[in-house]
Amino acid sequence: MITINDLLVMLPELYLTAAACLVLLFDVFIRDEQRDATHWVAIIVMLVGIFLVIHGQPDMTVTAFGGMFVRDHMAEILKVTVLIATILMFVIARPWLRDRKLFIGEFYSLSMFSVLGVMLLVSAGNLITVYLGLELFALPAYALVALNRESKLSFEAAIKFFVLGSLASGLMLFGMSLIYGATGTLDLHGIFAAVGTTTHLHLLQFGLVFLVVGIGFEFGAVPFHMWLPDVYEGAPTPIAMYISAVPKLAAIGLAYRLLEVGLGPLAGDWRMMLAIMAALSLVVGNVVAIAQKNFKRMLAYSTISHMGFVFLGLSNPTPEGYASALFYAVCFALMETVAFGVILALARKGFECEMIDDLKGLNRRSPWFAGMMAIAMFSLAGIPPLWGFMAKVLVLKAAIDGGMLWLAIVAIICSIIGLFYYLRVIWVMYFEQPVEGAGALEAKPDLALRGVLSINALGLVAMIFFSGPLFAWCQAAFGA
Amino acid sequence: MIAIPLSWYIVFATVLFCIAIAGIFINRKNVIVLLMCIELMLLAVNTNFVAFSRYLHDPAGQVFVFFILTVAAAESAIGLAIVVLMFRNRRTINVDEIDTLRY
Repeated sequence: MITINDLLVMLPELYLTAAACLVLLFDVFIRDEQRDATHWVAIIVMLVGIFLVIHGQPDMTVTAFGGMFVRDHMAEILKVTVLIATILMFVIARPWLRDRKLFIGEFYSLSMFSVLGVMLLVSAGNLITVYLGLELFALPAYALVALNRESKLSFEAAIKFFVLGSLASGLMLFGMSLIYGATGTLDLHGIFAAVGTTTHLHLLQFGLVFLVVGIGFEFGAVPFHMWLPDVYEGAPTPIAMYISAVPKLAAIGLAYRLLEVGLGPLAGDWRMMLAIMAALSLVVGNVVAIAQKNFKRMLAYSTISHMGFVFLGLSNPTPEGYASALFYAVCFALMETVAFGVILALARKGFECEMIDDLKGLNRRSPWFAGMMAIAMFSLAGIPPLWGFMAKVLVLKAAIDGGMLWLAIVAIICSIIGLFYYLRVIWVMYFEQPVEGAGALEAKPDLALRGVLSINALGLVAMIFFSGPLFAWCQAAFGA
Repeated sequence: MIAIPLSWYIVFATVLFCIAIAGIFINRKNVIVLLMCIELMLLAVNTNFVAFSRYLHDPAGQVFVFFILTVAAAESAIGLAIVVLMFRNRRTINVDEIDTLRY
């Protein structure tokens, strides 16, 4: 029976649905010069969303609508991080959008619907909710990538993202249909229970392969990574920032729900697939990133290698392993916002600041922004004692505890290779002369952007001291 | 009267699915064909769900099919919008000409 309690359990999602519709409506009555109102309303809506997620969080896992919707601590952590990353995007993107006449209401409502999709996805308890959450996240994201209608690259990135994303969800659906056929239920807990008794184990394993492929697409792990660099390069930079942070968090929720909650008894089968994808992602991501001249493309390949690290944690199917993967994804999302934030702050009309050479001599022109970029790069490279280092140590430990020593060795070798391209950015910023006549590399005077980006960057440094409690929170989410 | 066994449906759906995947990868002509292949892929999945649902006497699979059909409609709307954008920008919808973004 559906009770009022069920509605209360999914209050944050219901709230965000209503609020996103209202923002869409509100924006219709706004003149172009008043667009700031939409901007601030959207940010306040998201802040209230964070409050609702944290405030109404019960201590125990609760479900609603007959198990279709699950509210637990993992979903809470992911939702809070996704909302924070989106607020950062809103604040940092505003001057950039305004310069390019893209400061329009659709940007805010589409982003909010996409976030809503992620929130449903990480709380899914049923294959139907998983699929609907995934599509609700993806469809607005395709539109967001094509937001810049004038650009020659934007629509191309959108087509590639759309075709490969639809292909991935089609493959995943095919896997779901086979799993449904083998177990006779769509409920994830029901599937878990039915795995032991099913007489169609091969059908189930066949379906599992399709699910893993879909999850690999969502993460952007090799060999399903082809869309990622093109989307990063072609999408408007704020959207690239969104695509770099949010889908990765969603994918953690997706992987946990499908692989552990649903198909946990088959862990012996899927952990090896994840381990192989991890090794390939680490090697391909780090090696190809070295050859890149475009900063956004370099970050895309670096993302691929970081997804290898996340898989390192997931390949150890214990609470410790999941907690380390979750911790890594949260940390990664907040590092990406700084890296993208700095180039968004430096870009001007007619100058995207997206080539690595564009950052030459940044330290002389804007030392504080060079410093923030350096923090982000050191953190992504995993230099101790920064946050990225802690996250890497935790996933490596999880992989070794899970008996994947070879994978941990591959990861360490690859992250040493990876140092090269992160340090090259720092070298370019600090030790090379600015190009004469090129962009003045002066950051935008927008106070909100400067403030939020600085808090984000200093937060990365401060996390050195707060990693312990955050990891304990992640562990508690998986009942360790 | 011999009832059609479940395996026939599954083989049929798998063949449809393979045609769709092959269409996506082999097609070099037209973006619209890509959209049709994506649609075909979802229909193959629907066939699977309906067949299993009937075989298992469980209506949940058919409910899922309704959701997939709805989402597929939304998906092709977005896909066509992007294709229109491409045509405005390039005056062509040839897959081969989408090659600005590479390495």
